[in-house]
Amino acid sequence: MKVVNQKIPSIDGKGIMQGKRAFTDDYSEPGSLIVKVLRSPHAFAKITDIDVTQAEALDGVKLVLTHKNVPRKAFTRAGQGYPEPSPHDKFVLDEYVRYVGDEVACVAAIDEETALKACALIDVTYAVLDPVLDFETAYEHHTVIHPETDIHEMFPIGFEPQKNQAASYHMEVGDTEKVLHDSDVVIKHSFYTQAQAHAMMEPHTVNARIDIHGRLVLYAATQTPFHVRRIISQALDVPIQKIRVIKPRVGGGFGGKQGLHGEMLVSLVTLRTGMPAKMVFTRQEVFESSYTRHPMRIDMAIGAQKNGRINAIDCHILSDTGAYGEHALTVFMVAGSKVLPLYNKVDAVRFHGQVVYTNKVSAGAYRGYGAIQGNFALESMIDMLAKKLNLDPIQLREQNMILEGESSPIFEIMGEGTEGTAMNMETCKLPECISRGKTLINWDAIYPYKEIGNDKIKSVGMAIAMQGSGIPYIDMGAATIKLNDAGFYNLTIGATDIGQGSDTILAQIAAETLMTTIDKVIVYSSDTDLTPFDVGAYASSTTYVTGNAVYKCALAMIERMYAAAAKALKVHVDTIDFDGETFTSTDKSHISLVDLSNRITYSEDQEQLTTTSSYYGIKSPPPFMAGFVEIDVDKETGEVDIVHYVSVVDCGVTINPLMARGQVEGAIVQGLGMAMFEEVKYSSKGKMISNDFLSYKIPTCLDVQKMTTEFIDSYEKSGPFGAKSVGEIGIDTPPAALANAISNALNIRINTLPITKEKIIMTLFEKNKKGDHHDEKQ
Amino acid sequence: MNIRLRINGKWITFTVKPDEFLLDTLRNNQIISVKKGCDGSTCGSCTILLNNQPVLACSLLSVRADESTILTVEGHAEEVEKIAVAFGKEGADQCGFCNPGMALMIIALKQSHKNPTDDEIKHYMVGNLCRCSGYQAQFKAIKRYLEERL
Ligand code: FES
Ligand code: FES
Repeated sequence: MKVVNQKIPSIDGKGIMQGKRAFTDDYSEPGSLIVKVLRSPHAFAKITDIDVTQAEALDGVKLVLTHKNVPRKAFTRAGQGYPEPSPHDKFVLDEYVRYVGDEVACVAAIDEETALKACALIDVTYAVLDPVLDFETAYEHHTVIHPETDIHEMFPIGFEPQKNQAASYHMEVGDTEKVLHDSDVVIKHSFYTQAQAHAMMEPHTVNARIDIHGRLVLYAATQTPFHVRRIISQALDVPIQKIRVIKPRVGGGFGGKQGLHGEMLVSLVTLRTGMPAKMVFTRQEVFESSYTRHPMRIDMAIGAQKNGRINAIDCHILSDTGAYGEHALTVFMVAGSKVLPLYNKVDAVRFHGQVVYTNKVSAGAYRGYGAIQGNFALESMIDMLAKKLNLDPIQLREQNMILEGESSPIFEIMGEGTEGTAMNMETCKLPECISRGKTLINWDAIYPYKEIGNDKIKSVGMAIAMQGSGIPYIDMGAATIKLNDAGFYNLTIGATDIGQGSDTILAQIAAETLMTTIDKVIVYSSDTDLTPFDVGAYASSTTYVTGNAVYKCALAMIERMYAAAAKALKVHVDTIDFDGETFTSTDKSHISLVDLSNRITYSEDQEQLTTTSSYYGIKSPPPFMAGFVEIDVDKETGEVDIVHYVSVVDCGVTINPLMARGQVEGAIVQGLGMAMFEEVKYSSKGKMISNDFLSYKIPTCLDVQKMTTEFIDSYEKSGPFGAKSVGEIGIDTPPAALANAISNALNIRINTLPITKEKIIMTLFEKNKKGDHHDEKQ
Repeated sequence: MNIRLRINGKWITFTVKPDEFLLDTLRNNQIISVKKGCDGSTCGSCTILLNNQPVLACSLLSVRADESTILTVEGHAEEVEKIAVAFGKEGADQCGFCNPGMALMIIALKQSHKNPTDDEIKHYMVGNLCRCSGYQAQFKAIKRYLEERL
């Protein structure tokens, strides 16, 4: 292959570094109204009175919106399949505010200073209500967070708002209780995973204007432009053909932009005033008023035989969706569906639990999407089981894990909010990933630990993981290819490049198929008017789903070009061969693509060659990986150095090995942040106290010393050029790998993320107090 | 009040408010290569070179910059192009939002350090946050640029 699987630089990286107009705010119109939101100081309150007269009277204020003058139609901000599996529990503005930072009112003014001044002039009387801040007490709490009656689910998801339940689910294969009971050993533990902030570098940004046709045109930093268009149309009652959503370059999303944030209010401002308007979240708003990862408590039991055979896994999860139920059911289900099949030889497996509302910022989609939470629990448990059975943790995995050609009943039972899709693992190189990773991390020399002096211990830990490649029968991606004169192409795709490089890798797929070079494929993506549909950037779907659409589309284009060449050469199409530049017939007559395209554009048999293809998956082949961490931990201070992180990944063929590596390494570091120190924290009143980069630390270039990332030879037949997905898989292993490494080093087990040095020291202290020097606290 | 800045070689006069930050002055006047990531001096996206020193534009009052020389990526086109090539070769660019600020920081690093060690590079760049890349490829790209392997 000449283009695919080559280390090609991104097609737009240079322009972005040169500071060219690229991101959403770069496209805002000079003189746009500045839209600011007055946000709730209370975790839960009812607005009993709101007086905007002074704000409206302020010079320069063009519009003030409150719940009294906006449409009231429940919707979900979540950009996902339609009908959505998230409850419709959000209003443009509401009389209730459900977390500190929730929207009270909105001001549009000629400049930022005026808008902020006007916000301060709005006189709000609140009836302050008792908030629910502890998700473990939320269910059937006396405070009902969503007492309103005009909210609903679109299909059964277990939505019981009167009990503070956003969703619930239950599935079981076999008789879990009985199999656990009959097992030689059973271990049971609870795990807590925290809220993590997305902390993408570009804040949530949107701007709007009315075009010459009287249509609303948005530039939005979104992962899901087509969903944004649909949701705005539905919630604001604007005919959908009157809305255009353009996604320029997006400065990182990670799920945080898989939902509407400023889009609804800015649209309404421009629709009402007719004036261009814009909103850029402050960093504080990004932290306090966008999304976090869903915090969870995971109660897990594993039953096994003494020889290491795992008989049953029981997983109960309580998930905290915060004030609104975006992705409530689906994130929670992924914690089972993309985790439990790792050990598919069980006689019984159960997954059940519920998702509750609390008065905290809404949780939403976040890279890993449940899998990282579930993986932390399961992969910690496997090491604990190994310890209990006195078996090697890697051998225990190898004995029980899913292998190529195998399946799990879970694939068929659990989808995302609905039933799933049965599938066999056509590619699963977990054994190879593990053995290569073991070598790269120098496992045998270090495991379980080594004293290295100065109170420091070196140790290793590992975990395996799986993800998916899009949502079968739901996620659809489409592509259009147009042949231009002089023989170059336009590729338009709905797919949403949010920094992961999809524009580049889709151009590679097109170029490879068309046997041309990447500079001959001009990409334009994510414009609801001009590009074909795509669900957007989520669920690790773009390479696999849209990639297949691009591949099909390019093949169709070749067929059209063959026909045109046959006409030009006056030969039968079957006699023609095409090498990407020239069509040659068996009778030696030939025409170059340049001449052919000029001919059909300007002189003879004129026609515009355009092909459009779309694709939806009929399965979701999981990428797999093994993650290994080498740490140095200080017994006295609890300080952990990440000395080396090894990732060995089976994502099929990498369309662009450089970018695939970037996806994995970026995700590993995000996962390490979650494993080690990132945590969204609240005051006892529910005010977020980790609301800037000082109080919420994300990894810097000093936090990881060395990373090794390799891709195992693997070819997924159903993927474009053999590819599976790679966007999320990297984030899953760090929490469990780190917890396991710390257990190997210090014989302590930490089941609550993040694993901070304070927690390590406290746990060591407790252990020593008990004089319990040998047994890990099980 | 009016201030005068020499931006990428050209003197420009701006009317600014006394409490206005340089980042807003620049962006509001269509100098959009300078990015606003945090508005709180904590991310590095808004890095510029002020009188040849790297400075966070979000933390400097515009009036304090009066009569200064400012360079953004446009003003260092040649070096930025080289850095971009190095980033491309290492797959170091993802969303790219952090990149203009990072490029200027790398230029400042090159100007102030002859042969920086790995540790010096990392400590110099520590204030430029990137949420996408995991830093490894960026680090390799910086070294590639400094060693002129382009
Ligand atoms: S915007 Fe200036 S440091 Fe973040
Ligand atoms: S590339 Fe996205 S923040 Fe650095």
